[in-house]
Amino acid sequence: MGKTFQKPEALADTVTHYCPGCTHGVAHRLVAEVIDELGIRGRTVGVAPVGCAVLMYNYFTFDFQEAAHGRAPAMATGIKRVRPDLVVFTYQGDGDLASIGMSEIVHAANRGEKFTVIFINNAVYGMTGGQMAPTTMPDQRTTTSPFGRKIKDTGMPIKMSELLAALQTPAYITRQTLLNPKYINRAKKAIKKAFTYQLENTCFSFVELVSTCPTNWGMTPLDAIHWAEEKMLPYFSLGVFKTPEEAEGATNS
Amino acid sequence: MGKVLMKGNEAIAEAAIRAGCMNYFAYPITPQSEVAEYLSQRLPEAGGVFLQGESEVAVSYMIFGAAASGERVFTTSSSPGISLMSEGISYITAAQCPAVFVNIMRGGPGLGGILPSQADYMQSVKGGGHGDYKLLVMAPASVQEAVEMMMAAFSLAEKYRNPVMLLGDGLIGQMMEPVEFPEHLKVKPSNKDDWATNGMDTRKRKERNLVKTLYLDPEELNSHNLMLKAKYEQMEKEDVRHEAYNIDGDYHVLVVSYGTMSRVCRTAIDNLKEQGFEVGMIRPQTLFPFPKTAIYDAAGKQSCRAVLCVEMSMGQMVEDVERSVSGQRQVHWYGKCGGEVPTPEEVMEEVRKLVKSSIG
Repeated sequence: MGKTFQKPEALADTVTHYCPGCTHGVAHRLVAEVIDELGIRGRTVGVAPVGCAVLMYNYFTFDFQEAAHGRAPAMATGIKRVRPDLVVFTYQGDGDLASIGMSEIVHAANRGEKFTVIFINNAVYGMTGGQMAPTTMPDQRTTTSPFGRKIKDTGMPIKMSELLAALQTPAYITRQTLLNPKYINRAKKAIKKAFTYQLENTCFSFVELVSTCPTNWGMTPLDAIHWAEEKMLPYFSLGVFKTPEEAEGATNS
Repeated sequence: MGKVLMKGNEAIAEAAIRAGCMNYFAYPITPQSEVAEYLSQRLPEAGGVFLQGESEVAVSYMIFGAAASGERVFTTSSSPGISLMSEGISYITAAQCPAVFVNIMRGGPGLGGILPSQADYMQSVKGGGHGDYKLLVMAPASVQEAVEMMMAAFSLAEKYRNPVMLLGDGLIGQMMEPVEFPEHLKVKPSNKDDWATNGMDTRKRKERNLVKTLYLDPEELNSHNLMLKAKYEQMEKEDVRHEAYNIDGDYHVLVVSYGTMSRVCRTAIDNLKEQGFEVGMIRPQTLFPFPKTAIYDAAGKQSCRAVLCVEMSMGQMVEDVERSVSGQRQVHWYGKCGGEVPTPEEVMEEVRKLVKSSIG
């Protein structure tokens, strides 16, 4: 009997720098599995963000570029436009993508750039030490909202998937989560679908993953999962917000 | 191919294509939008990539992504746009990617004006973004020279794996002059397989490539900066360019001027000669590396009493000229920075005043 469980070829054999209970590792593995299954490791270029995942290239075995804060979609645009044969993805957190990189992500999506975005939404800035993010929940305490996020002063958490789905350009936009094995299986299917749309040169593809940050939330990994289920999932509802097929139908009708 | 009459901005665009660069990303800004307009038609026709980005910030990272993938790429902008691109330029330089940035300067600070200026000297040669880095900066004085420098810029960028900036004032972009595109400047792209993220399968590479700028280990970052410094020192040894004018005989004043301003100075020097005033000129063609030795030698000539730096900025080049002159002579400044180019008569008047005060 052969091995029934092994490390994907796209994943490097190294020690993690992520905190215990962090979901980055799960997200990394899903991306690596999908790249293996599609057989695209040799023509994939990843674009790392600024944030906890800035060093993500240490965990993968294919070409990588490291972007500046929020600019990953612009870099991915540059790569994909001059080398459309490469498979390109960005991997960005909520501070990176929804705050400083809002302009880059919206315009890349609106141009229908043929690359894939993995968006980790854990409602907080991780690497800089737990500051308020655009996706921080109302009344959630962070190091820059010590009394809880006040909606009156800072607005409501930004729903990136819904925001991008509102653009008229065809795209694949979905929100998934990594909070339990059932969700993880669904998230992997979504990631595979996103890369497949890119391989078929169909559209921009975007997978938001509702994730946890036990360290900056000040919780145990288990409490963090429960908190995300109770507080985040009702607001950041899971589902597919847009597919290129729907957009086609909408145009035809 | 014979000479054709072209506007500077269009000639710069065509020169890039003739040099073998088929990728262009840009954001419109006066006075260089003709480059994007020209290429939006010309590049798709030639099978290249044209994309108008959402901002200069985004454009600088489109350039980064494309350059890091091993493709020749360039952009053009003007002063306020270059300020926004400076963030990306710092990263591109740190990541050692070759790319060409063209700055057709307008007046500043702030929105300033849209007329010609040379007020981005400091930003261009001292590093407009954060960190220890330098660009190789070329300053053309005619449309023909802009074409030649533009074509040479790509091979220089690849030689050093460092961005090169073509720094022209608004006149270089806007005026029409006859130009010729030299065939010999079209060079084959260098081999980038040992660093570019061009896909492992593309060249059957075994090891993956990583383009990054983060060095958390202080020793590693220091070594990285020392390596960059060594490249800038190599530029100073191998690629400094200047033109000398009227320095073979005796002269009382040495003028240092570049770009369009140097052409006005040349006319002034010719007219002054007829009036019995001898004036020499060093025209830096590269602003970094700066022609220090040429200026030192020319200022040190026995007949030379004073040095006059003439530029369309409030004297931004003066400290580099002073550094080069090394105290042998006093360095004076004359210039305007509102969009008007000083006339030959105004330059002549400054020189005559200087001769009177320094010779008596």
